[in-house]
Amino acid sequence: MSAFLAIIRRDLLLAMRRKSEVLTALFFFIIVVSLFPLGIGPEPQLLKKIAPGILWVAALLSTMLSLNRLFATDHADGTLEQLVLSPTPLGLLVAGKIVAHWLTSGLPLVLLAPVLGVQFDLDASALGILVGALLLGTPLLSLIGAIGAALTLGVRGGGVLLSLLVLPLYVPALIFGAGAVEAHISGLGATGHLSLLAALLALAAFFAPWATTAALRVSLE
Amino acid sequence: MNWNSPAEFFAMGGYALYVWGSFVVCAVIMVMEPMLAKMRQKTILRALHRERLAQELDKQ
Amino acid sequence: MSNRIIHWFKFASPQSFYPLAGKMIPWFWALTAVFGAIGLWISFFVAPTDAVQGEGYRIIFIHVPASWMSMFIYMVMAAWAGLGLALNTRLSGMMAQALAPTGALMAFISLWTGAFWGKPMWGTWWVWDARLTSELILFFLYIGFIALQAAIDDPRRADKAGAILALVGVVNVPIIYFSVKWWNTLHQGASVSMMKSPSMAQTMLWGMLIMALCFWMYSIAVALMRVRAIILERETHTEWVKELPEVKQ
Repeated sequence: MSAFLAIIRRDLLLAMRRKSEVLTALFFFIIVVSLFPLGIGPEPQLLKKIAPGILWVAALLSTMLSLNRLFATDHADGTLEQLVLSPTPLGLLVAGKIVAHWLTSGLPLVLLAPVLGVQFDLDASALGILVGALLLGTPLLSLIGAIGAALTLGVRGGGVLLSLLVLPLYVPALIFGAGAVEAHISGLGATGHLSLLAALLALAAFFAPWATTAALRVSLE
Repeated sequence: MNWNSPAEFFAMGGYALYVWGSFVVCAVIMVMEPMLAKMRQKTILRALHRERLAQELDKQ
Repeated sequence: MSNRIIHWFKFASPQSFYPLAGKMIPWFWALTAVFGAIGLWISFFVAPTDAVQGEGYRIIFIHVPASWMSMFIYMVMAAWAGLGLALNTRLSGMMAQALAPTGALMAFISLWTGAFWGKPMWGTWWVWDARLTSELILFFLYIGFIALQAAIDDPRRADKAGAILALVGVVNVPIIYFSVKWWNTLHQGASVSMMKSPSMAQTMLWGMLIMALCFWMYSIAVALMRVRAIILERETHTEWVKELPEVKQ
C-alpha cells in the first residue's frame, strides 16, 4: 500500500515540476471545445444539443495527448526498468501511475468542463450530470489508455499509433458519457447511462492494470 | 428461374449499379488478395534465392 | 502400431506446417469454388424477388457472410494470438498476423456492400445503424492491430503486443456492440434495421449460409497462402528454408 501511495506522490511531484505538460493538455481541451462552434455556427439551440458530445470528444482527445507522459519519460531515463525489477508487484505500481495520471489529466478536465459547458448554455442540472459522467469516465479513459501507452512504448509513430489503437476502445465511454447528459436533458434520466459507465469503470479498474503490466513486460524485454 | 433474358439479369430490376457495384468490388477484392499473397511469396523466394547464390559465390 | 498415431504437435513448428499448408491450399480453393458456385446460383436464380426491396436485396448474399466472417476471423485471430502468448509458439503469432488483413478486407466488404445496399433502400450512402457502426469500429480494431505489428521491428515483440491488443479487443467487441446498439435505439426514431424482413424465405437463408461457407473456405485459403510467405520471411536464416526446393532451383 505504501508503495502504491509512494508512486502516486512521486508522479504527482514530477508532474508539478513539469507543469507545462499538464497545462498544455488542458489548454488543448479548451481550444478544441472552442473550435466546434467556430466550425458549426453560433446558433444556441444547436450548440446546446451537441454540447455533451463536443465536451466528451474533446476530453477523449485531450486524454490521448497526455497518455505518452505515462510511461515514456520513465522509460527514457531508466526508471521504468527499475520499477519492473523492484520486489513490489508491478500491477500495484502501474495502478499507482494510472491514478496519478488521472489526477493530473482527468480531474482537471472534470473541474473545467462545467465552466466550458456554460459556454454552450447547459443548465445547472445538466452540468451536474456532465461532471458526474466525466468523473466516472475520465478514470476509465486513463485505464484503457494505459494499455495502449504500454503497448506502443518506444515504437515509431507512437503518438498517432496510440490514438488509432485506443480511440475505438473509448467508444463505449463516449456513448454512455455523452448519452447520460443527453438523456438527462431529454427527461429520460441519466441513471442507466451512469450505472453502465460505473460498471465499465469497475471492469477496467480490475483488468486494465493487469493488461498494462503484461504489455509493459512485452515492451521492455 | 427469375430472369426472362440476359438483359433483365444485368438490369437487376433497376438496382444494377448497387447489386453489381457490390458483387464486382467483392470479386475484385477476392481476386486481388490471393494475388498479393502470391506476390509476397514470390518476393521472399527471390530474395532467398539471391542470398543462396551469394553464399555459393562466397564459398568459391 | 505406434507409428499410426499422428503427432499433431509436430505441425506446431513452422518447418512442418509450411509444406502441410502448401498441400491444403488447393483443397480450400476447390471448396471455395464449389460453395461459391452453389451460393451464387441460389443468390441469383433460386431466391425470389423481394416484395419490398426488389432485386436490390440480393446484396445480403455477400453483405451478411462478409460481416459474419469479419467477426469470426477477429475471434480466431485473437485465439491464435492468445495461444502464441500462452505457449510461446512462433507459428501461432504468424497465423494471427496472416489472418488480420483478410479480416480487415471482410470488414471493408461488409461496409462497402452495406453502403451500396443502404443507398437505394434508405437514400443515403451511410446509415448509422448499430450493426454498420459496430462493423466500422471492428474495421478500426483490425487496422490498429495491423498498424501496431507493422510499427514494431522485433517480430516476437510484435506477436506478443499484437496478442495483448487482440485479446483486449475481443473483450471489448461485445461491449462496443452493446453500447452502439443502445446509442442507436435511443437516437433513431424510426429505427433503420438492415434485417427488417420478419420472415426470411428459406432460400434466402440457405443462400447466405452457403455463401458464408464459401467466404470461410476462401479466408482459410488466403490466410494459408499468406502464412507461408510470413514463415519464409521470418525464418530466412534457418537451415530448412535454405534447403527448400523452391529456393535451391
